[in-house]
Amino acid sequence: MKRRLGVVAALACVASLTLSQAAWAVEPGEMLNDPRLEARAEAISKTLRCVVCQNENIDDSGAPLASDMRRLVRERVSAGDTDDQVRAYLVARYGNFVLLKPPLQPDTWLLWFGPAAVLLLAAAGFSAAYLRRKPAAPAPAPLTADERKQLDALLADTPPGNTP
Amino acid sequence: MKRFLPLIPIVLFAVFAAAMYFGLKNDPRALPSVVVNKPMPEFNLAPVLPGQPGLAKADLVGRVSLVNVFGSWCGVCVEEHPTLLDLSARKAVAIYGVDWKDSPAEGAAWLNQRGNPFTQVGSDQAGRLALDLGVSGAPETFVVDKHGRVRFKQVGAITPDVWRDTLGPLVAKLEGEP
Repeated sequence: MKRRLGVVAALACVASLTLSQAAWAVEPGEMLNDPRLEARAEAISKTLRCVVCQNENIDDSGAPLASDMRRLVRERVSAGDTDDQVRAYLVARYGNFVLLKPPLQPDTWLLWFGPAAVLLLAAAGFSAAYLRRKPAAPAPAPLTADERKQLDALLADTPPGNTP
Repeated sequence: MKRFLPLIPIVLFAVFAAAMYFGLKNDPRALPSVVVNKPMPEFNLAPVLPGQPGLAKADLVGRVSLVNVFGSWCGVCVEEHPTLLDLSARKAVAIYGVDWKDSPAEGAAWLNQRGNPFTQVGSDQAGRLALDLGVSGAPETFVVDKHGRVRFKQVGAITPDVWRDTLGPLVAKLEGEP
């Protein structure tokens, strides 16, 4: 019983943690009246990094600078910018670092393709090693008639119930 | 050739370990700035000190200047302040202040209490100019050349060392440019 209570308590803790995470940092006063524009602004915000907290997107972050950035995103969205234009606007000021997903460009090729390249290299190395392995030892010569007889005798001696 | 093959994983590991080791010493807060070598954005800030002018982009053109982003709420700015006052007293360079995310009244009180090193101070209460400058925290200082172009961004406090080793020589060099 005690243990069950403990489990319930632990679950409650986890639940409250996840629920509190779901609470957005977007303040009511920041939201746009048009729900479609607001949804777009929210989606864009989730792809932008809060440059103060660094590992949080600006939609989730409670930092004052993130609030300014959210307002800027809404301003640009209301002004008719496309999603990419809004992101480009911020990249022009904060650099690619502001994007949570780094863009695919020559100086990020290593980042994007590095892991796959290492995997391929490893696969190539293992295949080469596998193909160049020494051939297996030749199969043993078949039993002679004498050996066969000996083996049969041994097998016949095995007590019942002890066979493999 | 063949007897060097077993060394490959060791060499790879050494390279990887070295990269990780130097990665440890990187400052994750030191972000590359993309506004360097771009013109200052257009701005026109309201005054912080009553009866004195605010700050606009046109004020910066014609001489080399520092644009210092500060706030009365900013702790490191307090540490930086004596250096700015000293530079201002020595007339080493024109320093302009951007009072960031701060009420003008609190910014003015802060300057009245600690002294005002700024030629002009503008209030960026909404944080709009700071966004255009890619500011991520205070204090940050932009070195602006005679044509209103950002030439350097100092993240964190200007200390006497920073002035002597980095900003001072840069300002002197920019003064020499046409």
